[in-house]
Amino acid sequence: MGYSSKSPWVIHYDASSCNGCDIEVLAALCPGFDVERFGIINTGDPKHADIFLVTGSVNERNIDIIKQIYDQMVEPKVVVACGICACSGGIFHDCYNVIGGVDKAIPVDVYAPGCAVRPEAIIDAVVQGIAVLDQKAEALKAMKKGA
Amino acid sequence: MFALGNLLLVIVATVLFAVLAPIAGCLLAGLDRIISARMQGRVGPPLLQPYYDVRKLLAKEDVSVSGVDGVYMTCALVFTAFAGGIFFAGDNLLMSAFIITMASLFFIMAAYSSRSPFAELGAGRETLQVMAYEPMVLLMAVCFFMAAHTFMVDGVLDLERPIIATTLPAFLGFLFILTIKLRKSPFDIAMSHHAHQEIVRGTITEMSGRTLAKVEVMHWCENILFLGWVAMFFVWSNPASIVLAVIVALAIWFLEIFIDNNFARVKWQTMLNSSWLVALVFGGVNVIFLAFV
Ligand code: SF4
Repeated sequence: MGYSSKSPWVIHYDASSCNGCDIEVLAALCPGFDVERFGIINTGDPKHADIFLVTGSVNERNIDIIKQIYDQMVEPKVVVACGICACSGGIFHDCYNVIGGVDKAIPVDVYAPGCAVRPEAIIDAVVQGIAVLDQKAEALKAMKKGA
Repeated sequence: MFALGNLLLVIVATVLFAVLAPIAGCLLAGLDRIISARMQGRVGPPLLQPYYDVRKLLAKEDVSVSGVDGVYMTCALVFTAFAGGIFFAGDNLLMSAFIITMASLFFIMAAYSSRSPFAELGAGRETLQVMAYEPMVLLMAVCFFMAAHTFMVDGVLDLERPIIATTLPAFLGFLFILTIKLRKSPFDIAMSHHAHQEIVRGTITEMSGRTLAKVEVMHWCENILFLGWVAMFFVWSNPASIVLAVIVALAIWFLEIFIDNNFARVKWQTMLNSSWLVALVFGGVNVIFLAFV
């Protein structure tokens, strides 16, 4: 287990979600699932976050915002697409202004499908994200040593 | 002010404080999170979670926006350790109070240096917080002097009864501003605990990685120092009183967590007005009382 895996702080962004997935993300933080047990905190500040949870699909209006939040996050960082809309565009995929899943804007590490995505699926996805986070942290450390 | 022997003692105490206070403070912070979670019907993180958080922050990439905020935070840390050293060496209480304010000022400068609107707002509010609690801190020190006839903290060890016997109003007033000093709700206006409020995370919005880790460690040290100030009221010449003082300090700390979890944030006007009122009434009454007995 690396340093990052015990304290993954997440930031949640609602792209053009119907709010179904957002409520599930928040449900994961509430007493029923209580992800703070694993050190997960929902920060609202991209500079403090390790994991970027995106719900909903990417459209012409929010693609820049998603990119900006991603750019403001500090390495090592991981992106989790929550819900089928965030994975591929979902039921909104052929709307005139929808571009598609989150991977149209930024690199996505873990896909968590579902409509709406279940809190258990979110927790599973974050756990998988943590593994990626650890790999990236190792790579960063190696790079620092090399530099 | 310092004799050479005293100075050496303070330096040794500072080093010890710099090592031990983060450990104790980290455990307290972990307990805080568990107790808070239980109050909200959750299980909460492991006890060592604050330590894991800081360890992670240290491993993050360095992307400081201003280039100097890290230096300011280092200064804030050093001054916090120094203030703790002065206090726990039994030296001058007033000096300890001033130096911990210096640490706050460096923290404020670190926030200003980022030039982010959120951080600047937070820094402005942090300044207001300093303005709000400082009068009561000074009156507390004055009452301490009048009750113990010295500003030296180790003076309490020669007393026949703890200073709380004659400084109860000042102690209550100090408890009021302690909530501001510990940055707890309802007075967490400069740095909201969770970043979903109007100023994101205020003072620390732009800080990340190492700098943020320094902020965390500074808070741990501050908490220990302020609980030390609480404990000071309950110590007298009887050595067993130190145990009592530690128990009282922990009880007060539990009370602070309770307040934190049960009160919504107030506006800065309310904070400033109420804390000055408390300082005037509680501190003032106590000073007058001590002047006549
Ligand atoms: S996946 Fe379903 S619940 Fe989630 S945002 Fe899309 S439509 Fe809403």
